[in-house]
Amino acid sequence: MGHLNEYQVVGRRLPTEKEPTPKLFRMSLFAPNEVVAKSRFWYFLKQVNKVKRASGEVVSVNRIYEKKPGAVKNFGIWLRYNSRSGTHNMYKEYRELSRTDAVSSCYQDMAARHRARFGSIQIIKVAEVKSADVRRPYIRQVLQPNLKFPLPHRITRPASKSVAATFTGSRPNTF
Amino acid sequence: MSFARLVEVGRVVNITFGPDAGKLAVIVEIIDHGRVLVDGPTTGVKRQALPFKRLALTDIVLKAIPRGVGTAPLKVAIEKQDLNALWAKTSWAKKIAKRAIRTNLTDFDRYRLAQARRQRSVIIGKSLAKIQKSQ
Repeated sequence: MGHLNEYQVVGRRLPTEKEPTPKLFRMSLFAPNEVVAKSRFWYFLKQVNKVKRASGEVVSVNRIYEKKPGAVKNFGIWLRYNSRSGTHNMYKEYRELSRTDAVSSCYQDMAARHRARFGSIQIIKVAEVKSADVRRPYIRQVLQPNLKFPLPHRITRPASKSVAATFTGSRPNTF
Repeated sequence: MSFARLVEVGRVVNITFGPDAGKLAVIVEIIDHGRVLVDGPTTGVKRQALPFKRLALTDIVLKAIPRGVGTAPLKVAIEKQDLNALWAKTSWAKKIAKRAIRTNLTDFDRYRLAQARRQRSVIIGKSLAKIQKSQ
């Protein structure tokens, strides 16, 4: 569904005579491809540790796949983003089939509601949330047992563009 | 006005758009206000999230489907409750079947159909004339 993948990136400072086995740093990241994942790895790493790309190396990049992509889960996402006027922390909840889907829809949501782009958002943590611990009412609503609701306004669409009629003799029926 | 067809777990849906268009599937979980998780082990529909825009709800609801049911138990339930027979009984399915037959008619079939229609109107016309005469 989403355009993002989850990567595990491991990197370290280049070994020197003084420090033959430098400390390894591991990070889990959401990025569209490995190149962006490595770039984000250095961006985050140099903020907290005195390691930079020029004097370091990426040891491994692995893609992480969803364990159960057929089950719907609630995800809580902790994030930080730069708006036009300052930096904000946020907690949001999503109901998706995978972690990557949740993060993808989070980026879409942030772009829609706050006009925040990929570069100005930092995902701090993504965790699965138990149904009982869900905080946001819009997710809580769909967790009710025996949930049922109608679809009151339906617009029927042709199955594909090739069978779409330009003109029809009857007005569409929406209920 | 009350609605007869509701979005609920166990509701059978007809997929109206995309690669699976025209196939039946069952709602196994409601994801959010715009999407459901559907699965169709007997109709070749992979377990997937679909928006309501791509679905049409049918009158059929499978009984005793727990929320988020797996593909294998769903298949058992579909076969036990005989979804195919339930679907074939609906006028929706009959219309689709009829449409399929009509598009697959050969030229000779169409000729035979025209003959049959002609015979039918002869019979109708005769009996109508009889009734009008008796009145």
